[in-house]
Amino acid sequence: MERETIYEGLVRKGVSRRDFLKFCATTAAVLGLSSSYVPKIAEAMEKKQKPVVVWLEYQDCAGCSESILRAEKPTIGQVVLDVVSLEYHETIMAAAGHQAEKSLHDAVKNYKGKYLVVIEGALTDKDGGIYCTIGGKSNVDIAKEVCKDAMAVIAVGNCACFGGVPAAKPNPTGAVGVKDIIKDKPVINLPGCPLNVENFTATVVYFLTFGKLPAVDKLARPLFAYGKLIHDNCERRGHFDAGEFVKAWGDKGHRQGWCLFQMGCKGPMTYHNCPTIRWNEGVSWPVMAGHPCIGCSEPKFWDNNLYASTDKDSFYAKVGLGAMAVSGLISKKKTE
Amino acid sequence: MARLVIDPVTRIEGHLRVEATVNGGKVKDAFSSCTMWRGLEIVLKGKDPRDAWAYTQRACGVCTTVHAIASVRAVEDAIGAKIPNNARILRNIIMANQNVQDHIIHFYHLHALDWVDVVSALKADPVKTSELAKSISSWPKNSATYFKAIQDKVKAFVESGQLGIFSNGYWGHPAYKLPPEANLMAVAHYLEALDVQREIIKIQALLGAKNPHPQTFVVGGQSTPVDAESQNALNADSIAFMLKYADMALEFVEKVYIPDLLAVASFYKDWAGIGGFNNFLACGEWPDANGKMYLPGGVIKNKNLAKIEPLDHKKFKEYITHSWYKYSKGDVGLHPWEGETTPNYTGPKPPYEYLNVEGKYSWGKAVRYEDLPMEVGPLSRMLVAYGLGHKDVKEVVDMVLKKLGVGPEALFSTLGRTAARGIETLLMAKKTKDYILELAANMGKGDTKIADTDKWAPKSWPKECKGVGLHDAPRGCLAHFIVIKDGKIANYQMVVPSTWNLSPKDHKGQRGPVEEALVGTPVADSKLPLELLRTIHSYDPCMACGMHMIEVKEE
Repeated sequence: MERETIYEGLVRKGVSRRDFLKFCATTAAVLGLSSSYVPKIAEAMEKKQKPVVVWLEYQDCAGCSESILRAEKPTIGQVVLDVVSLEYHETIMAAAGHQAEKSLHDAVKNYKGKYLVVIEGALTDKDGGIYCTIGGKSNVDIAKEVCKDAMAVIAVGNCACFGGVPAAKPNPTGAVGVKDIIKDKPVINLPGCPLNVENFTATVVYFLTFGKLPAVDKLARPLFAYGKLIHDNCERRGHFDAGEFVKAWGDKGHRQGWCLFQMGCKGPMTYHNCPTIRWNEGVSWPVMAGHPCIGCSEPKFWDNNLYASTDKDSFYAKVGLGAMAVSGLISKKKTE
Repeated sequence: MARLVIDPVTRIEGHLRVEATVNGGKVKDAFSSCTMWRGLEIVLKGKDPRDAWAYTQRACGVCTTVHAIASVRAVEDAIGAKIPNNARILRNIIMANQNVQDHIIHFYHLHALDWVDVVSALKADPVKTSELAKSISSWPKNSATYFKAIQDKVKAFVESGQLGIFSNGYWGHPAYKLPPEANLMAVAHYLEALDVQREIIKIQALLGAKNPHPQTFVVGGQSTPVDAESQNALNADSIAFMLKYADMALEFVEKVYIPDLLAVASFYKDWAGIGGFNNFLACGEWPDANGKMYLPGGVIKNKNLAKIEPLDHKKFKEYITHSWYKYSKGDVGLHPWEGETTPNYTGPKPPYEYLNVEGKYSWGKAVRYEDLPMEVGPLSRMLVAYGLGHKDVKEVVDMVLKKLGVGPEALFSTLGRTAARGIETLLMAKKTKDYILELAANMGKGDTKIADTDKWAPKSWPKECKGVGLHDAPRGCLAHFIVIKDGKIANYQMVVPSTWNLSPKDHKGQRGPVEEALVGTPVADSKLPLELLRTIHSYDPCMACGMHMIEVKEE
């Protein structure tokens, strides 16, 4: 049977042409594309068949799956019914046990070479893979088998990208990211803790629209989402430059939206688009809500203290004395 | 005797395997195995206690607030920090919002497909579906046109041949009892609930920057400022924003969730006699300004609601007879503060067909209270409150029992567990609004204090201290235990709801609650274990949480 296109699926679901174009425009914005790309995205959605997606979970917390449930443009209902054909996803699929394994097996067989694999959670091969088994099989064995005939692999969340929390020192189970195991397929990293769903949608749409994976940095992160430091787009940057820092939770500066650098903010070393796209349909993001960035899109971020900088003699506290100078230091470092 | 394996158990958080022996169409014995382990507690060793909330939060992205709350409470208990009123209220709002959203997702997206046959909905008459919907609720989306449109969408989806997440479901299984019209109504609400859960959680996005994994918990309080006179803090606009979503949640629960629950339950009354358990434990939650809990804690033994004992965490003990760990003292039970855990995998080498259930078979430990297995979760909370004569709880529980035409004994079952979750959702949807208004009142007094900043610096702490953080999370009693030495974590232990509910057998051979509840479950077709999934899902397992347990002792 000829599979329907994404647009046909959306129409069937009752999505109006206007809403469809709005979805294309939003996606273009996340991708950092000008509005002239909207027709191109729309055209791709009208012509391309729904991509088949297989979603695998290993040493995860299902936070990235939950993030996907917060999708709004398109909604999760549209995602699972229309935009992609989600053939396997343990957290939401109807089937269990042998029936679930059959769904995975069928997808890999029927769409050989044509499906995308999404991996959530770290992989662990230590001691024969005993720290994560599904259906009695080791996580690494399943991942290798499923990825073998995939078109591409998308690692979602810091665990799948870089090992994340299970790989924090001393990494008791030898947890690693997908790229350490899957070497023969293109792997795109979409870190964050969790992944921000807007970056997932944008990646899939980019792939469908341009027929290739997006340009990435040396950590395989798409530039459209991880091309700039949080610090560069931070709404509190003016306070950093002016040397106005929060010193304690609930102090006057904190209530007035001053810079969180001295509370431990990792915004100056973290590449992520939180300040521009925010979370949960633009409601907020950590710095806006008054908490320092913890650097969740960077490798090994768990090995840094969240707040150590608030101790008086720390690097961070001293830096506060010469914020302007540091501002120069950081921009110099970035261009190197 | 047939040996049945469900692995992966889907529509849960994490990795769960259940093996069961079936004879004469009924489950004779059951074995619950956690098959993933990360060793979070090892990671925590030597870390700054103020960071622990963020690590432990990542135990679970579904119940994404619960470990953060238990963690900051444990550290606060250890160092003697007192959270200010704003922080208490903010946490109450976040916990209530989490409870409501989590329960809605559970009922519609994780549990419903055990009772609702999606394919049968195609046979429904939309006019009759509309009549059914109107007879039980004044929810606006209940016209025949609306249900026809939903049916057409499902039909086109099925005909497209790409069933996606609905592939290989148990459609047509004889254990499905709903008429096509009820199935169609439930499918429509499955889709609506997908939108509702995304909207109502925006309360957490506002208070906590994002969801999943809100970033606003700090030892001593909260990090989101409160100041009615600032545009960079929670202010009157924030109150209005939250009330909008709290109203949305309450309306959905009153007009959709509760009517659906009653309608579906009325076709499955036989499940009021299946899947029950005897002992229940709750730690209580939602403290008021005087520390009194809105839902009380307590322990029920052998279904005796007339005698509810106060909870004492010192009576917790963890056994590893059937868990992949070893103790230096042998096969004994240890309190989490004294606990020790060394991984000791003795299971089969993957790939394997069956676990050796005579020996060790899970990464979960067997936690016991006075050596008894305990069920935790909404049913435990509702039973404890009901037994103590809690006015709000009694009112809703009695209403539900009356509408279903059953007595309180029906609560001790799979159906009772699922009903209790709905009852609690209604109570907490109402309380969410109360807490938002309480925040508004406190804000109006000019109170801007959000944290006990005197206790922020580690040098203000005792050189050695230990604490416990209890939180009655959506899935049940959660306890974090911490030992701090010289400002660093010396020992961190988590005893989580799924440690209780999904525990393997203990030193006495007593089954864990889910294992016990599964015994006697009817199985129409051992290749299609739909009936087992009903009872397993009624506990709302959360395995990444449950997979704990590494002792982090100073060497």
